[in-house]
Amino acid sequence: MVGLGHYLTVAAILFTLGIFGIFLNRKNVIIIMMSIELMLLAVNINFVAFSVVLQDLAGQVFAMFVLTVAAAEAAIGLAILVVYFRNRGTIQVEDINMMKG
Amino acid sequence: MHSFAPPALLPALPELVLVCSAMLLLLIGVFRGEGSSRLVSWLAVLALVVTLGLAVRVGLEPRVSFYGMFVTDPFAAFMKTLVLLGSAVTILMGMRYFEDHGIARFEFPVLVMLASTGMMIMVSANDLITLYLGLELQSLALYVVASFDRDSPRSSEAGLKYFVLGALASGLLLYGASLVYGFTGTTNFAALATAVSSGGAPSAGLIIGLVFVAIGLAFKVSAVPFHMWTPDVYEGAPTPVTAFFAVSTKMAAIALFIRFLVEPFGPLLAEWRQIIVFLSVASMILGSVAAIAQSNIKRLMAYSSIGHIGYALIGLAVGTSSGIRGVLVYMAIYLFMNLGTWAVILCMRRNGQMAEGIADLAGLARTQPGLALALAIFMFAMAGVPPTAGFFSKLYIFLAAIDAHLNGLAIIGVLASVVGAFYYLRIVKVMYFDEPLAAFDRPISAELKGVLLVTAIVTLFFILLPDPIVGPAQAAAASLFGK
Repeated sequence: MVGLGHYLTVAAILFTLGIFGIFLNRKNVIIIMMSIELMLLAVNINFVAFSVVLQDLAGQVFAMFVLTVAAAEAAIGLAILVVYFRNRGTIQVEDINMMKG
Repeated sequence: MHSFAPPALLPALPELVLVCSAMLLLLIGVFRGEGSSRLVSWLAVLALVVTLGLAVRVGLEPRVSFYGMFVTDPFAAFMKTLVLLGSAVTILMGMRYFEDHGIARFEFPVLVMLASTGMMIMVSANDLITLYLGLELQSLALYVVASFDRDSPRSSEAGLKYFVLGALASGLLLYGASLVYGFTGTTNFAALATAVSSGGAPSAGLIIGLVFVAIGLAFKVSAVPFHMWTPDVYEGAPTPVTAFFAVSTKMAAIALFIRFLVEPFGPLLAEWRQIIVFLSVASMILGSVAAIAQSNIKRLMAYSSIGHIGYALIGLAVGTSSGIRGVLVYMAIYLFMNLGTWAVILCMRRNGQMAEGIADLAGLARTQPGLALALAIFMFAMAGVPPTAGFFSKLYIFLAAIDAHLNGLAIIGVLASVVGAFYYLRIVKVMYFDEPLAAFDRPISAELKGVLLVTAIVTLFFILLPDPIVGPAQAAAASLFGK
């Protein structure tokens, strides 16, 4: 029987993968964007699983909002990335170092 | 079960006015073409001022609407006033800068208005969904304005960094929100408060959720250890945008932080106080120490803002009405002295180029004594030297901490501000005692002069007339605890 715990575990694993994808990846900004997307989808699994267990619609409504905002966020992120690529001619993570940080 | 009567729109009237005027100004900009940026900017300032008036009027008494998702009260009105003041002044200060850099586009005021709408929704959020939507409306507009100078590699790099870390923060916050929802069964702040206070010992899931949301919010207020994006973004973004980041976004984020922790999670004060104390101590220390080595004034202001957030968080850690009043007074005074400092930084131009080094200020007292005096006032205020306003803002915070027996926190705060005084006073020393360089470009635009004059007067003479800030702050803090 698949229960709430299983869903939460899967979501937690995906979420952690997303975080590690952002911090450990030394290659490409596109991979960072994919990791962000993964984090948000992991959160959605959480919301929908809780919503079903609690018999409460608010969680599913929240998941819809998260999906919508994630789409807008990806659009803006890619636009900024295009602007960046036009200026620098690269989207390698290790090249994003004009200012020391 | 909810009835499906349409919600009352009056509590959200300021937001509706602002967002509709943003749409209208976008249309005006598109139809009138590239030359319309000055017109759109002035109209945007007008719209922000009208919204400010409405927000104050609507916020006189607590009102809840949209099925409990949206609240206005004196606290919201106070913070919205600060946010809108910051936004309006940013647009005013930015006009000349963008024209001089050949990037005067009408999208900037429109984006600032949309970001301000998001901030107002954050301040008025009474539900995790409203919280998230307001935060994202703000953030999405801010990612774009950070990379507004789209032909500059530094500006686009700032936008990219801000985007990645902002999205990470939103993700952490959302994960926390999902846990809070799952372990209490509700997203509404009022219902959360009852669930938290009635349930006996809080479950581990709820505490983890609370920690994740707090981390997400700590990113947004740039508290240590979640501050790493701040110096880079402040340095890379166009200067008026940086001023906007340093002022309005902080106001909205700290307001959201206060409301989220005090209203639904007030009964868990003992749990979240440890987190806030840690964030506060780390921010104060890093803000003071790391700023010493900076040579770029925008980076220095980034560390300065991190330090100031540390002091403000002391008031939140206290968690009482007087502590919150301290935070509100602190943020109001921070707004004035910070806007003034950014106005001076915007005046630092030589031969049409921005001069951002601290060394560029050398001998300013002899070439432009008025400007040097203004910056000296702001630096003394930031360091917390009496009789400037900055001293009283710290005083309210430290007194509240001592009343709550958080003596250690108050002592660390005082020590950190002594260390911090070093780099503020170094700027005064460079201006008054170093050999002068060539003067900065003149004339200073009328908008900047006005901003400088008003902020300097408020910072210097707060001691004579503190009531217009302290009185509303008192009422705002009381409204948060009155329910």
